[in-house]
Amino acid sequence: MENNVILKLENISKDFFGNTVLTDINLEIKKGEILGLVGENGAGKSTLMKILFGLPEITETGGYGGKIIFDGKEVNFSSPFEALESGIGMVHQEFSLIPGFTTTENIVLNRESLNKNFLVDIFSERMSTLDREKMKERSEKSIKRLGVELDENMIISEMPVGHKQFTEIAREIERSNTKLLVLDEPTAVLTESEAEILLKTIKKLSTEGISIIFITHRLSEIISVCDTVSVLRDGILVNTVKTEETSKKQITEWMIGRKIDSKSESTDKKEENNQEIIMKIENLWVDMPGEIVHNFSVDVYKGEILGIGGLAGQGKLGIPNGIMGLYKAGGNVTFKNINLDLNNPVASLKKGIAFVSEDRRGIGLLLDEPIDLNIAFTAMQINNDFIVKKFGINWADSKKIKKTAKDYIEKLEIKCISEKQTTRQLSGGNQQKVCLARAFAMKPEMLFVSEPTRGIDVGAKKLVLDTLRKYNREFGTTIVMISSEIEELRTISDRIAIVSEGKISGILPPESDPVEFGELMVGIKDEVKQ
Amino acid sequence: MNKNLKKFLINNAVPIIFIVFSIMAIPVSGFSSDYLIQEMIIRLGRNSFLVLSLLIPIIAGMGLNFGIVLGAMAGQIGLIFITDWQVAGVSGMILAMIISTPIAIILGTLGGLVLNKAKGREMVTSYILGFFINGVYQLIVLYGMGKIIPITNKSILLPRGYGIRNAIDLNNIRRVLDDLIPLKIGNISVPVATFILIALLCLFIIWFRKTKLGQDMRAIGQDMEVARSSGINVEKTRIISIIISTILASYGQIIFLQNIGTMNTYNSHEQIGMFSIAALLIGGASVIKATIPNAFVGIILFHLMFVVSPRAGKELIGQAQIGEYFRVFISYGIIALSLALHSWKELKEKERNRTALRESLQKDGKVES
Repeated sequence: MENNVILKLENISKDFFGNTVLTDINLEIKKGEILGLVGENGAGKSTLMKILFGLPEITETGGYGGKIIFDGKEVNFSSPFEALESGIGMVHQEFSLIPGFTTTENIVLNRESLNKNFLVDIFSERMSTLDREKMKERSEKSIKRLGVELDENMIISEMPVGHKQFTEIAREIERSNTKLLVLDEPTAVLTESEAEILLKTIKKLSTEGISIIFITHRLSEIISVCDTVSVLRDGILVNTVKTEETSKKQITEWMIGRKIDSKSESTDKKEENNQEIIMKIENLWVDMPGEIVHNFSVDVYKGEILGIGGLAGQGKLGIPNGIMGLYKAGGNVTFKNINLDLNNPVASLKKGIAFVSEDRRGIGLLLDEPIDLNIAFTAMQINNDFIVKKFGINWADSKKIKKTAKDYIEKLEIKCISEKQTTRQLSGGNQQKVCLARAFAMKPEMLFVSEPTRGIDVGAKKLVLDTLRKYNREFGTTIVMISSEIEELRTISDRIAIVSEGKISGILPPESDPVEFGELMVGIKDEVKQ
Repeated sequence: MNKNLKKFLINNAVPIIFIVFSIMAIPVSGFSSDYLIQEMIIRLGRNSFLVLSLLIPIIAGMGLNFGIVLGAMAGQIGLIFITDWQVAGVSGMILAMIISTPIAIILGTLGGLVLNKAKGREMVTSYILGFFINGVYQLIVLYGMGKIIPITNKSILLPRGYGIRNAIDLNNIRRVLDDLIPLKIGNISVPVATFILIALLCLFIIWFRKTKLGQDMRAIGQDMEVARSSGINVEKTRIISIIISTILASYGQIIFLQNIGTMNTYNSHEQIGMFSIAALLIGGASVIKATIPNAFVGIILFHLMFVVSPRAGKELIGQAQIGEYFRVFISYGIIALSLALHSWKELKEKERNRTALRESLQKDGKVES
């Protein structure tokens, strides 16, 4: 074997209970090399890293196939600690720092320099006191190696985000034997200036002989720092090339790649000249953890199906959740020229806006209630529908509820024993249909549907999409559908908006080239196409 | 400056309210300053050890350890034995501590194991655990002692021949520690030896915070998952923190009772957890942060109110019961308030962090406001 190859992956494959997520991955990283790893969500990047680190969830699900050769020896780590000990460092997307500790304390966390005393012999190592002087020295050295400005006495929680990221990297390289560093989207939370410094740091580390696997969605970063780039798609390593021999466009093509020929078949496209705006969203921000929306603006036209796509974590899910008042939001949203009261779920519902949440089991359904009540529930609460007045008291109109439920069960082909079955017992696809039925029962003017096909099988998927389209055509309901699957959006939407970093990066017609969507998703194209 | 002052006032709202209350109540009560100072010194000596025993679990992020009553029970078992064996003086106290240590370690381990199963709900769990162990304690002391566990001194047994009496006279060790090194300043006597012991405990806590174990506890207290992923044995460390707290509490209870001089076998320990915690909170501590000064300030303010309010109540309304009412009302109230305040602050903090993130992005020009 060549001497300067630090990590070699041979025919790595992995399946979760028959569901293949990685097939025959072969990868090589030389000493001091920076490898960019790109791929859409679900392409298998994180699974690959989990295998490398020996995370318990890999062994618990039957291990992996193939060989990992690190530093000349075949390895099979059974825990991340073993990986760390052999010299693989990892910087996570979420910070794993102790918020109330100083930079120094975090850099040497659990590897503190110690002063022994007599109690150590009686009890354990842990009775020794900390050698603060030495700890400070070590952290200063490590920060210097990074080549950044960091106050080693600053408390983490008071730091700007960028400094936290540097602290984390400093901790990994402080381990004397770190030979390979995995950076999982380190720039995702950074501002541009901070990201630039980070990229410089990465280059500096590589010149010192540390190899780096750099995972990111920002292709410009890949081009500017990486020596080689590997593209994963659907669990297959599509290509590994030298960065100077490729371009962002080419990488995007490899990432998106599939079925370029499958033109969108939304054949019954309406001849639509109506440009009446039903909802105007301006500068929307939503404080949804993990899906933060920063500055989202779009006009929704009456009667259209607007698709919203984008990579996970970029904020597409935050949009409906913010408008419907489920997470704290701000900005200007007008519905039919009237200002919409954000942060108030009832207000949105009362105006005739319905929402089918991506969190079916959490907030979408009353799991222990029967199907019919689930369908009627929101309409009862908001529109006083399905209610009869007897003796001055409101009673549920069980006959009407039953009839409506039966109607929807038939129309949406909900597979169940009867309308009295509890929704907990239904399959994912049928639960989703009940959610849709509930939204339809409100007779909304506008409908937000978030990830309607997540976790349901192909047949049910098609039915859900068909139902949405049918409902849109028959009743003229405006639908905003949020989905991670571009193909799905292309089959049903009139226009598709792509969200990147919390704001809109472009709006495309569904016939556009999939590569164009890909480019918008990874933020190559900045101009907004209308 | 103004902002800092406001922050200071908000952060120390509880002690400030108590100080204001005391300033108003002291003149009304008509107590002499000598009397009040003497009372405060006695109570500091009596309670400090117990209150300080709460600090280490707070460092480890386990909140206020209501489980110190477990330690108190261990201490009382030690006291029962030395009373039975008639070991008097300081040696009696030391023996009681030696006996109670292994019991406290066992109870502390048990408490730690249970609390590890109830992460995030440590406080209520330790509170209920106190009741449970109280039942076990009663079983042992009321039925076991004199029957299974031999007790030679019949005078501490119930007339039926087994089970310990309701009240035990601790004549043998009454005030032995307090009076070990006598010192009188004017009319005020100071329990020097007790204070030396308390000072040693403070030094221990300060030193402990600087150890590797203390650092690990701080890390766990702030973020358990991060600590775990850096290789710290979270479960074990949490158990150790409870064990230390329980042992200290058992010593604390022994010091407490040597000062009082009699032991209510079935009641002395019951209120210890609540009163110690209330005192610490009144001193300005919170569920996640408590310092040694918090403990001392809290004890003084809490007990000042105890002493002053009955008399003040009597002078004002003609009823002394109002003081007793205050005592219970304030203890429970302050605990409830600080728990609610804690979760409110946590929520605000989270919100503030996220707003800060958005603002930093705005500054960077990613977002036009």
